[in-house]
Amino acid sequence: MNNKRRIGDNIRIGLTGSAVLLIAAILAVILGTIIIGGYKSLSCEFLTKPSTDGMTAGGIFPAIFGMVFSLLIMLIAVVPVGVATAIYLHEYARPGLLLTKLIRGAVNNLAGVPSIVFGLFGLGFFIQFIGGGLDHSLGQSGLFGQPCILWASLTLALMNLPMIIVATEEALRAVPQAERAGALALGATKWQTIRHVVLPQAVSGIMTGVVLTISRGAGEVAPIMFTGAAYYLPYLPKLPTDQFMTLGYHIFVMTTQSPDIDATVPIAMGATLVLLALTFSLNLVGIVIRSHTRSQLRKGR
Amino acid sequence: MSLQRKKFRYLGESLIEGNIKATASLAIVVIFLILFFILRESLPIFFNPEVQQEITFRHFFSGIQWQPVSDNPRFSLWPIILGSLKVTLIALLFAVPVAVAAALYSSEFAGGRLKELIKPGVELLAGIPSVVLGFFALVVMASFLKDLFGWQIRLNAINAGLALGFAVIPAIYSLAEDAINAVPKSFREAALGLGATPWQSATKVVLPAALPGVSAAVLFGMGRAVGETMVVLMAAGNAPLFSFNPLESTRTMTATIAAELGEVVFGSGHYHALFFIGLVLFAVTFAINLASHALFEGLMTRLYGARK
Repeated sequence: MNNKRRIGDNIRIGLTGSAVLLIAAILAVILGTIIIGGYKSLSCEFLTKPSTDGMTAGGIFPAIFGMVFSLLIMLIAVVPVGVATAIYLHEYARPGLLLTKLIRGAVNNLAGVPSIVFGLFGLGFFIQFIGGGLDHSLGQSGLFGQPCILWASLTLALMNLPMIIVATEEALRAVPQAERAGALALGATKWQTIRHVVLPQAVSGIMTGVVLTISRGAGEVAPIMFTGAAYYLPYLPKLPTDQFMTLGYHIFVMTTQSPDIDATVPIAMGATLVLLALTFSLNLVGIVIRSHTRSQLRKGR
Repeated sequence: MSLQRKKFRYLGESLIEGNIKATASLAIVVIFLILFFILRESLPIFFNPEVQQEITFRHFFSGIQWQPVSDNPRFSLWPIILGSLKVTLIALLFAVPVAVAAALYSSEFAGGRLKELIKPGVELLAGIPSVVLGFFALVVMASFLKDLFGWQIRLNAINAGLALGFAVIPAIYSLAEDAINAVPKSFREAALGLGATPWQSATKVVLPAALPGVSAAVLFGMGRAVGETMVVLMAAGNAPLFSFNPLESTRTMTATIAAELGEVVFGSGHYHALFFIGLVLFAVTFAINLASHALFEGLMTRLYGARK
């Protein structure tokens, strides 16, 4: 009886474990397909040449260039705001206060807003309201009130704000309370404590957030489709007010709008492989730093 | 320290704190701005007579056709609501058992080494951009499934639902695992002490105790699935049909916005209708996330008492 029960149990546990195997298999199949399908397209030229012949030949350089451009602006916008919010929530805010609850609620809900709704918002707010308003007051038309890198990046920044906040807060939590008490006892003010004691120790955790944000921002397409990304541009963007090509959207356009899908798929595979390699290596870096931070947090307690 | 300097220091401190506080409040402002601007662009359907000649609220729920660009445009939301429901349901039917079983396994049965591997592995799956999942489902998986099962239509709701499942498994897994891990060790010790096997302890004691959190995880995944855009835009075939058949092409609310906003005439009835769909999406995901959050907090309160 007992033995029978144990065998039955082991079978059930094994079945549960097969779910883990299934997840691993999904990951392996997706990666494998894209690596096998894409590596042949990879070459130096692929990464440095623009696409030609209606996207059935050539490389993906403009898409990489535009992606980096937009991610830079996104970071400039999102990192200071996200870090400051996390500092407020963890260092200044009293937990029971209405403002604290409201901010937390807002951050949680911001994380749950669908990406396409951010796209709608970017169009309605940044392009039409802010951009259109700027154009109107400057007495011109079509400079700010149209899709461009700036608006796309700011939309992405809003979307990724919760990620930076959560990562930074976790990093701040990992700094032992005794360190703060020590600094304060030595006569440091609250801000001096944060600036010179807490933040230096939280840097690696904040970097995790930054890295994961870059990775997520690189792959997001829905929020930028209508706020700045272009199907195809024969030139590279120079100013934040130019439209841009970006890798994720380029993949979408190539696979859904191509005049000759058979000629485009290998290029799209190559582009997907580049995007995946980028997001994966960034994620891997982020995950490694984070598990390091977490194990330090456990030691700290 | 002189009084003068002390005063300066105090002033500086409160300036910094004020700035940080103001920046932190930005998150609240943003949520309200999103709501306000989506509302602003959808309200003309209710109040602007010019727009109402084209479309009124009534049109959304009469008939079963979404054909915004035609001589006789139809704006019924039923086909795309049904599309969203259909694809979300398929995604959850696939993702929930897999994610919850994996979470249960990794927190109850997996050894330390394996456990250290499972979580980062799932996080890697979460790190695959949705456009890549969509690409995979569109270019590779659709043909494979069609040949395997002899389907008539390559891009259908099952194909999209499965790919969407890939996207939500990590979300459900991580929240479910948090919930299961939150169950105190004493529960397991008590069960094992009474003679339960590890399997019985996991399924009869731990999982029921964590149930509100696991439900929260399922809701969380549902919110993600409803709001996901690129996967369904690429893998579902993009036809707004009113059909319960999972083997036909379909179109979700998110994909409708993504597919049509690029070509829409600014200020037209169609334009405002797309924003109204966005408003519905915002409201639905907001409610789902709120419920998920409340369930999870409820579990934590039940297990650990009210947090200070």
